[in-house]
Amino acid sequence: MQFYLPIAEVSVNAFVLLGIGGIVGILSGMFGVGGGFLITPLLFFVGIPPAVAVATSANQIVASSISGVLAHLRRKTVDIRMGLVLLAGGLIGAALGVWVFNILRQLGQVDLLVTLCYVIFLGIIGALMFIESLNALRRTKGGKLPPRRKHNWVHNLPFKMKFRTSGLYISVIPPLLVGLSVGVLAAIMGVGGGFIMVPAMIYLLGMPTKVVIGTSLLQIIFVTAFTTLLHATTNQTVDMILAVLLLVGGVVGAQFGTRIGVMLKAEQLRIALAALVLLVCGKLAADLLLQPSEVYSLTALRPV
Amino acid sequence: MRWLAALLLMALPAVAAEEVVADLSQSRVGINATFNGSEILVFGAVRRNYPVSPAGELGVVITVAGPSTPVIVRKKNRKAGIWVNTEAVEVDQAPSFYQIVTTAPLDTLVSATEDLRHRITIDRAIRSVGAPAGIGNAADFTEALIRIRTEDGLYAVQEGGVTIQKDTLFRANVALPANLTEGNYTTRIFLTREGAVVSRHTTTIHVSKVGLERFLYLLAHERPLIYGLLSLAIAIAAGWGASTLFRYIRG
Repeated sequence: MQFYLPIAEVSVNAFVLLGIGGIVGILSGMFGVGGGFLITPLLFFVGIPPAVAVATSANQIVASSISGVLAHLRRKTVDIRMGLVLLAGGLIGAALGVWVFNILRQLGQVDLLVTLCYVIFLGIIGALMFIESLNALRRTKGGKLPPRRKHNWVHNLPFKMKFRTSGLYISVIPPLLVGLSVGVLAAIMGVGGGFIMVPAMIYLLGMPTKVVIGTSLLQIIFVTAFTTLLHATTNQTVDMILAVLLLVGGVVGAQFGTRIGVMLKAEQLRIALAALVLLVCGKLAADLLLQPSEVYSLTALRPV
Repeated sequence: MRWLAALLLMALPAVAAEEVVADLSQSRVGINATFNGSEILVFGAVRRNYPVSPAGELGVVITVAGPSTPVIVRKKNRKAGIWVNTEAVEVDQAPSFYQIVTTAPLDTLVSATEDLRHRITIDRAIRSVGAPAGIGNAADFTEALIRIRTEDGLYAVQEGGVTIQKDTLFRANVALPANLTEGNYTTRIFLTREGAVVSRHTTTIHVSKVGLERFLYLLAHERPLIYGLLSLAIAIAAGWGASTLFRYIRG
């Protein structure tokens, strides 16, 4: 069944979109990520214009993150104070990101920027996660415990603040910066940034793993909501019908994903996620490096 | 009085001796949520004020042109190992959609001068005034525009698509694709003899979004803040709804 998307102005098969939403939902249920890093490239592949894909993914992530954060709030695994500090940075970052996005859109370099961001970040995160989980697998076989984290440079900065839920007493500068960079990425890449924030919170801020996912989801809701609004008001690129189709698929998929996730071991899950991240990264890198079949591209302007 | 009558008689052949009368099966196309392209029948007849046909084969050329907009054509080049958009040319006016349907090969029906005057072929329908200095091969960019839109099925020439009966009645089908943009689609019907256009008729197909599509499009462009908030409200409701629903199913 074909659906004509009013903002993207293309006709797309509704089942393809439900399928994309479903697959991403399954993965986000399995791995606890928003799935934005998968949705945006998949939308590119089915022919949605990049600007619409980025803005609409942001809207879709709002929904999946709310669904997730409610579950974490019930389990009291959300550090609201830390979330607010990250958010303050995130909002500034998102505004900055949309501004950069618009400038590059006018220059015709937005596709390049988005793809480059994806290749770089997916490559780094994927590789780190792959190595880390391989080591973890080896450790569990050897029966050794992971080493305890020590204090690092993060703990010597001024403006210290108590974060009770996380059991931390650290400067607000690092969480602000983490929030800021995630905000920029959210606006440019149409992702929540969970896949960058989660490692940053664990390794840089030293937060306990159990509060990390809930807190990052809390921050993601507000940053992506803000990004959606900015894209809607400055570019008019949020496609509501596209978002709804993705949502329906995503919501159902997430429930199946959670079931599958329970059946697998944590290390196996992380290796699978790392492989997936590297796969998407490889495909996008190939697009940049190999000669495209069509070197010309068209951008129709509004009638004058 | 006699000289006046003689003058009128002499002047008559110069007035269009053959005239095209045509209509469309529908002059409005509504794009709704399940729009999957549309087919329009163009039909008509040739009206003559004398019994004998003039010399040369009768030809019919139908063109359907979507709204014209400026288009930026960008070219990728390899820079530091990766493919980057480096050159850009703005084509001043290019129709979003252009179909030509004819009775015979186009170059046998319309001469180059008539093409220039009426802008019939795709090359002529696109207007490109000048390329910025420093780009020598601006023609390549226009060519690329035509190639990409032809591959997308937006530009097409269908030679022999018009059927003509007894040198008088003609009909043709024009397919409008699913990825149509809004606007007025100018439909021109040319009657030709020996490369010259002897009569023409112009009509318009109005293509517009209807129903939900129209409502959302207008809302997004005229009340962007409300549209953005509405999108968020849907997302929040869906997220909360899903969480509650599945908790209810499980417990």
